[in-house]
Amino acid sequence: MLLDLTITQLSQGLKAKKFSSEDIVKECYSNIERLNPSINAFITIIDKDVALKEAHNRDKDRGSDSSVLHGLPYVMKDSYNTQGIRTTAASNVLADYVPPYSSTVYQKLVDAGAILIGKTNMDAWGHGASSENTDFGPVKNPWDQSRVAGGSSGGNAAALAARMTVFAIGEDTGGSIRNPSAWSSTTGLKVSYGRVSRYGCIAYVSSFDTMGPMAKTVEDCAHILEIIAGIDQYDATSSPQPVPHYKDHLRDKLTDLTLGLPKECFGEGLDTEIKASIMEAASLYKKIGINIKEISIPLLEYGVPVYYLIGTSETSSNLARYDGIRFGQGRGEFTKETMRRIMLGTYALSAGYYDAYYKKAQQGRTLFIKEYTRALSECDAILMPVEPMVATKFGELINNPIQNMLADIYTCQTPVGVPSLALPCGFTKENLPIGMQIIGNMFAETLLLRLGYAYQNNTDWHTKKPNIGEHGK
Amino acid sequence: MKNSSNNTNSLTDKDVQHVASLAKLALTKDDIKKFQKQLSEIIHFVAKLNELDTQDIEPTSQVTGQENIFRDDVVKKSLTQKEALANTKRKYKGYFVVDAIFD
Repeated sequence: MLLDLTITQLSQGLKAKKFSSEDIVKECYSNIERLNPSINAFITIIDKDVALKEAHNRDKDRGSDSSVLHGLPYVMKDSYNTQGIRTTAASNVLADYVPPYSSTVYQKLVDAGAILIGKTNMDAWGHGASSENTDFGPVKNPWDQSRVAGGSSGGNAAALAARMTVFAIGEDTGGSIRNPSAWSSTTGLKVSYGRVSRYGCIAYVSSFDTMGPMAKTVEDCAHILEIIAGIDQYDATSSPQPVPHYKDHLRDKLTDLTLGLPKECFGEGLDTEIKASIMEAASLYKKIGINIKEISIPLLEYGVPVYYLIGTSETSSNLARYDGIRFGQGRGEFTKETMRRIMLGTYALSAGYYDAYYKKAQQGRTLFIKEYTRALSECDAILMPVEPMVATKFGELINNPIQNMLADIYTCQTPVGVPSLALPCGFTKENLPIGMQIIGNMFAETLLLRLGYAYQNNTDWHTKKPNIGEHGK
Repeated sequence: MKNSSNNTNSLTDKDVQHVASLAKLALTKDDIKKFQKQLSEIIHFVAKLNELDTQDIEPTSQVTGQENIFRDDVVKKSLTQKEALANTKRKYKGYFVVDAIFD
C-alpha cells in the first residue's frame, strides 16, 4: 500500500504522476474508517470530502518546485492550535474550543501544501505516558489492543503504526514523542529546545516543551524537521541557529564517532528483552565502525524528581489561565491526574515551600545539565532505552501515580534541552515493540539523524507493522 | 503557607484544601482524602532531591542562553473583536462577562 512508502518515495511518485494525493488520502481514510473505531487515535477527524477536495487541489497545483510534503496527508497532536478546527488538548475544558489562530508549525505545513486529516488523541495537556489521561477515551496500541499506545502523543504513534497517516506532528516534554514511538514501533524526534517554534501549541512545561516529527522512518523525520524548524518572531525562545539541510547529510560517512552507553541505564529495573535489543543495536553500530564506550550518568535517578517538580510547577501556572471566561469550560473539568499535577506544582511554588521544592529542583536542573554536558564530552552521542518496560496494560500507569512518573526515567532529560531520536530496535517474544533512543548535544539533530539513518539502513525493524489487516483486504 | 505537616514530607487534609483553593479547584471530601495520600507519596518521592548538594549552585530556569529578545514595536493585524469573543459563553455588548468580585 502507498502508506508503507517513505516521504521521499511518495513525493517522487506524486511528481511522476504514478499516483495522486487523492489516492493517498483515500487510503488513509479507508484505514481510519476500518481501524480507528477500535484504536481511537483521533479526537477530531477532518471531514473526508474536505480532505479529498484539498488533495484534488494539490494534485492540480503541484509543480516541480513543490515542497516534499506537498499533497501528503498528516495528523497533529490535538495540542496544536489549528484555526477553525477544534483543538482540545484532550481535555473537556477545551471540548468545544475552536481556535481563532494557528500555531506556527501548522501554518508552515499549510504553506508547504501538506493536508491535515485529523487531530490526534493524547494525555490531556501532555500529562501522562500512556494516553489514558484523556477525556476522549484511551488510545489502544495497534500491536496489542489490550495495551496502551504510550503517551502523551499516543494517537500519533497509533495512527502511524496502523497506517492511517503518512506522518505526524508531536510534542515532547518528558518523553511524549519518544515513549509512544518506542511502544508502537515508530520513529520520533525530540528536538533541541528552541529548534522548532512553540507558538500556538498549548503549553505543558514552557521551559521543556519541544515540537517534533513522528513518522515511519528517520529519513521521513529529517524531511519534516527541515520544514518545521527555525526561528519564529512569535516565540522568543526559538533559536536563531540556522536550519541545516538534514536530509542531505543522512548518508554522510560515520567516522571517528563514539556512542556512550550509560551503565546506570542498564541495571535493575530494565526489562531483560529490552536490554538485549539495545545491546544488539550497540553491536550493530560497532560492526559499522562506531566506537562503543561505557559511560556513567550517576545523577540519572534524580531526573524524575527534577522533571516532575519543575514540570508540575510550570503547568500549574500555565493552566491557571483556564478560567472558562474567555473560552473553554470551567476548572471542574480537569481530570484527576491533571488536578494532581496542578496541586503539586501549586504546592511546590507556594510560600514556605518554594525554596525546598521549586528552587531545589532548579538547582538540581543545573547539576543535571552539567552531568549531560560532561557525559556528552566523553562521547558523540548516548545510546539508551526509551522505556524500562514494554507497553503497559490499561490501568497499570494511570492508577499508580508513582509508576506513571517512573515511566519517564530515561526520557526526562528534557530539563537539559538536548535532542533525542527514538527508533524501533526489536520486539519481545510476545511481539511487543522495543525502542531505543540516541541523545546528542544541543542542535546535534543532524548527527542523530545520520546515526538513526545508518541503523535503519542495516535493519528492518522500522518496516514491520502490526497484523491488523491490509488496506482493501 | 504554614508548614502544618512539620517537615515530615507529607501533606495534611488542610494542606490539600489550601493548595486546592490557591489553584481554584473544587474538591469533594473523597477527593481530598485521595489527593492527601497521593500527594504525600509524591512529595516523599521527590524529596530524594535533598540528597543532592546544591550549595552555591545557581538555579536554571531556561536553557536557550538567550535574553531580552526584542522586536520592532509595530502594530500588526490581530484578532477582531468578533473573533476574540467567538469562544466565550457569556458576552455583553462586545465584552466578556465575569462574576462580580466586589459586593
